Amino acid sequence: MRAVLLSMRMLSREWRSGELGVLLLALTVAVAALTGVGFLVSRISATVAMQATQVLAADIRLESPQPIDAADFAAARQGGLQTARATSFLSVVFAGDQSQLTDIDAVAGGYPLRGKVTVADQAFAQGRGAVPGVPLRGEVWPDSRLLAALGGHIGSRLSIGAADFRIGRVLISRPDQGGTFTGLVPNLLMNASDLPRTQLIQPGSRVTYAALFAGVPDRIAAFKQWLGTHKRASERLRDISSTSPQIKSAVDRAGRFLSLASLVAVLLCATAVAMSARRYVGRHLDSVALLKTLGATRGFTIWLTTLQLLTVALLAAAVGSAIGFAAQEWLVYALRGLLASSALPAASLMPIGMGFLTAVALLAGFALPPLLQLSRVPAIRVLRRDIGPPRPLVLLAFGPAVAVVVLLIYWVVLDWKLFLGFTAGLAAFIALLALAGALLVMAAGRLRAGGGVAWRYGVASLSRRKAESVLQIVAFGTGIMALLLLGIIRSDLDGDWRRSLPADLPNYFFINIPPESRDAFITYLRARGAQTSRVLPMIRGRLTAIDGRSVEKLRFADHRGEEFANREQNLTWSATLGADNRVVAGRWWTAADNGQPLASISTEFEQWLGLRLGDRLTFDIAGETFTVRVASIRKVKWDSFRPNFFIVFVPGLLDKVAGTYLTSAYLAPGAAESLAKLAHRFPSVSIFDIDDLLADVRSVLDKAVLAVQSVFAFTLLAGLTVLLAAVQSSRDERRYESAILRTLGASRRTVLQGVLAEFAALGVLSGLIAAAGASVAAYFLTTRVLDLPYVFSLWACIIGLLGGGFVVVASGWLATRSVVRQPPLATLRADL
Amino acid sequence: MNINPIPKTSAQAPAVRRSVLKAEHLTKQVQSPEGLLTIVHDVSLDIASGESVAVVGPSGAGKSTLLALLAGLDLPSLGSVLLEGRDLTRLDEDGRALVRAQRVGFVFQSFHLIPSLTALENVMLPLELAGHAGARHAALETLRQVDLQERARHYPRQLSGGEQQRVALARAFVTQPAVLFADEPTGNLDAATGARIGQLLFEMNAHSRTTLVLVTHDNDLATRCERTVHMEAGGLR
Repeated sequence: MRAVLLSMRMLSREWRSGELGVLLLALTVAVAALTGVGFLVSRISATVAMQATQVLAADIRLESPQPIDAADFAAARQGGLQTARATSFLSVVFAGDQSQLTDIDAVAGGYPLRGKVTVADQAFAQGRGAVPGVPLRGEVWPDSRLLAALGGHIGSRLSIGAADFRIGRVLISRPDQGGTFTGLVPNLLMNASDLPRTQLIQPGSRVTYAALFAGVPDRIAAFKQWLGTHKRASERLRDISSTSPQIKSAVDRAGRFLSLASLVAVLLCATAVAMSARRYVGRHLDSVALLKTLGATRGFTIWLTTLQLLTVALLAAAVGSAIGFAAQEWLVYALRGLLASSALPAASLMPIGMGFLTAVALLAGFALPPLLQLSRVPAIRVLRRDIGPPRPLVLLAFGPAVAVVVLLIYWVVLDWKLFLGFTAGLAAFIALLALAGALLVMAAGRLRAGGGVAWRYGVASLSRRKAESVLQIVAFGTGIMALLLLGIIRSDLDGDWRRSLPADLPNYFFINIPPESRDAFITYLRARGAQTSRVLPMIRGRLTAIDGRSVEKLRFADHRGEEFANREQNLTWSATLGADNRVVAGRWWTAADNGQPLASISTEFEQWLGLRLGDRLTFDIAGETFTVRVASIRKVKWDSFRPNFFIVFVPGLLDKVAGTYLTSAYLAPGAAESLAKLAHRFPSVSIFDIDDLLADVRSVLDKAVLAVQSVFAFTLLAGLTVLLAAVQSSRDERRYESAILRTLGASRRTVLQGVLAEFAALGVLSGLIAAAGASVAAYFLTTRVLDLPYVFSLWACIIGLLGGGFVVVASGWLATRSVVRQPPLATLRADL
Repeated sequence: MNINPIPKTSAQAPAVRRSVLKAEHLTKQVQSPEGLLTIVHDVSLDIASGESVAVVGPSGAGKSTLLALLAGLDLPSLGSVLLEGRDLTRLDEDGRALVRAQRVGFVFQSFHLIPSLTALENVMLPLELAGHAGARHAALETLRQVDLQERARHYPRQLSGGEQQRVALARAFVTQPAVLFADEPTGNLDAATGARIGQLLFEMNAHSRTTLVLVTHDNDLATRCERTVHMEAGGLR
C-alpha cells in the first residue's frame, strides 16, 4: 500500500515535470486515430447497412405463400419493432379495352419502413418522394410501363378484379422492387384495405405475403433469432445479406479496405509507442539507479512503472477517445453535403472500449517490456554511467509485442488466410528493413571518407548509434510503406469505383425482347441516341441434378445454395467473355467447343452449391434435359450494370430452345417520351429503370470514399507520430553531441547539415525499401483481397523515395532544430 | 552562506570505538576485452562509528569501486562487507536496498538529483522510500539547515551547481544515516563553492554523528577527515 501511495505521488510529480509527455502523446494520437476510425466506420457501416436495408423496405422481411401469423406481428411489436405488410400477386389489370398482366403489391401500415416510394405525375418522369408510401383507399399507383401499356393517365380509371380504382400517381420506384430483375411484368401499388373489394385473393391463389420489420439493431437481432426458431418451413427470412449484389460488392470492398487501413494505423501507433517507451527508459536509467541507491527495491520500481503505465493508458484512452470522437464529429459535419440521403446514425460507444483495450494492449506489448527492464538497472550506475540494465531475453523483449501485433491483426482481419499473408508479409518486410539498416550502418564507415565535416559527422552518427539507426530505418520504412500502400490502394479503389460508375452507365434494362424483333429493337434504341451494351439470349431453366444426384436429395451448406437449387434460373449462352468477367478456374471455350455440353458458372454459384470444375450439372429447360460439364468458373463484377448471368452455356447447345433476349442501355434524362413510345411499339419488352438503384449505389460509394479518405487522414497522422517518435528517440544524445561540437567551434549550420545528412540517408533508404514493399503489398492486396486490377505505379516509387527522404529530413530538422539552437553551455551544464 | 548553528555538543567523538563498517579481503574483478581485470585487490578496512575516513589516490586506482562495494551498490568477487554487523554480500539486491534505505546516505560528484522532482521532493524521497511519517516536515527542516528553504519548490535545473549539491547534502542527511558515502562531493564545483560545500558536509556530519566515507582528490577535504587511506592500483598503500 505504501508503495502504491508513493508510486502515485511519484507519478504526479513525473506528470508535473512533463516527463511522461512524449509517451502520452504517442499513445493519445494512437487511440485518437483508432477510435476516430472506429467511430466513423461504425457510423458509416450503420449508414451503409441502413441504405442496404432500403432494398428490403425493412431491416428484415419475412415472406410466405400463406398469410403471416398475427403472432409474429404481435411479437415484433412487443419487441419494440415497427411492422408493415405487403401482399404481392399477379393479376390482369384492365383500362378500357387494354389489359396487362401486372405484379400488384397491396401495402399497409407504415410501408415502406426503410427507403422511400417515389412517384411522378407522368410515366418515365423524374420521381419525387411520396409520403406516405401507401396510396389512399380507392386509388392506385401504376408504374410507367403499366401506364404506357394501358395508355392511362393520372385521374383515369382502371379495374383490378371486381373493383375500380382511380390512378392517383405514377409509381417510379419502390425500395423493394428488387435489383435482381425477377419480376418481369409491370408493377402497381395499392392500399391493402382495398384488397377484399377486388375479390382476387381466393384459397389457392398464388400470393406472396410479406411482413416487414424495422427497429434498433439489438432488437432486430433478438427478433431475428426468435423468428429463426418460430418461422414456418415455407416462410423465408430476408435481411441485408440478401440485398442487391451491386451494393454488397461495393460495401464489402470498402469494409475490407477500412479494416486494413485501421490495422495499419494501429501498427504505426504501436511503433510510436515502442519508440517513446524506449526513449522514456533511456531518460530514466539514472533516476531508477538513484532510487535503488536510496533504498528502493526492485519490486517498488516495478510497481512504480506499472502504475505509471496504467495511468498513462487510462489517460491516453480517455483523451484519445474524446479527440477521436470530436474529429469524427467534425469530419461528418464538414462533409455533410456528401452524404446523399439521411443523416448518419449516432456513433456506437464500442470504439471507446476498443480504444481502452488497445491502449492497454499496446502499452503491455510495446512499452511494458522495456519499462520492466528499467527496474533491472543496477544501483551502481550512479557511480558508473556506462552500466545499464542487463540485456533482456529476446523472447521477453519482443514476445509481448509480437503477441499483441498478431492478436491485433487477427482481431481486425478475422480471416486465417489473410491473417497469415499479412503477418508473413509484415515480418518479411521488417526483416528486410532491418537487414538494409544493418548494411547501411556497415557501409557508413566507408562513406565517411568523402564529403566535408558535416557529412562525416552525420554518417558517423549512423554507425555510432547502430541499434538506433536500424530501429529508425524500420520505423521510418514501416511508416512510409503504410502511407504509400494506403495511397496506392485508395487511388485504385477510388479509380475503380469511378470507372465502374461512369455517368453513361446503363440505366435501363430491357428484358423479354423476342428473337424476331431483336434487331429492330436495337436499331430503334440506337436511333434514339441510346448506348446499348451487349445483347444476350435468356432462357429459364431449373437445375435438377449435380453429378447425377437429384438436387432435391442434396443438402447445401449455404442457404443460398438451397434457394438456387429450388428455383428457376436465368440462363444464357455466349461465345465471348465479357470484360466484366474473369475466368478464375478452368478455361473459356473456343469456336471448336461449340455445341459441346459445357457451361461456365460464377464464383457465387460455385461457393453456394459447393461445385467444382468438371462437375456435371443437369438442367430441365423447357421440358428438355441438358447435362453439361463445368468448364470454367468466372468472377463477375456485378457492379458493372451490364447483363450478367450465374450460368453461361457454350453457344450451339441451347440455340434451338425458344428464348428471348436482354440488354441494357444508357438513356439520357428526359427519355420518358421515347420510352413510352418504345413500350407501345414493343409491348412484350419489359423495361427496368435502374436509375434509383444506381443512385443508391453511388450514394453508398460516396460514403465509402469519404470513410476511406478519413481513415487515410488518421493513418497519415499515425505515420507522422511514428516519425516524430523515431526522431525524438535520439534527441537527447543529439543535444549532447551538438553541444560538444559547438563547443569545439562547429557552426550551427555545420551541426544541422550533419543531422540532415544522417536523416537523408535514413529517409532515402527507408523510402526506397518502402516503395518496393508498398508496390508488392499493393499487388497482393488489390488482386487477392480487393479484387481490383493492379496497376504498377511508378509515381508511388518516386514519391516513396523523394517523399520519404523529404518527410524524414523535414521531421528530423523540425525535431532537432531546437537542439541545435540551445546554447552549448546550458546543455553541458544540465548534463554534468 | 548562512549555515544554521549546530550545537557544539553534537560534534563530540564517540567515547568507545565501535566498528560500523568492516571490509575483509575485498576483491573486485571484471571481464574486459583484455581479459580478467582486477579493480580492487584484497582490501581490508575497519571503520568505527562516527569516524570520518578519506579515500584518496590517483584516477583509476579503484576508489569509486571500493566505495560502491562498501555501500552495497555492487558485490565483490571475493571478500565480505559488514555494515553494522550485517554482511552485505549475503543479502540480495532488495535486502541491500533495504539496508541502504535505513542506514546509508550518499553524496555524489554529479549531484544525482531527480530532475522531475523539486528540491523538497528530492529530499523527501529517501524518507518516503524508508516509510517515514512526516517526510515533508523533516525535509523542510533539513533544507533549512542547508539554507535552501526558500528554494524548496525549485527544480534542479533552476538551481546552481552549489545549490544542487546542498540539496544532495540535505537528502543524504535527512534520514540520519549510520554511514554517509561521498564520492568526490566537490569535484564538479569551483574552488570557493567546493570549500563551502566541504565546510557544510563536515558540520552536518559532526552534528548528526554520522560515519563518513569520503572519496576525494581534494587535499583540503581529506585532511579534515580523521583518517586517510591511500589507494593505488586497486590496493591500499
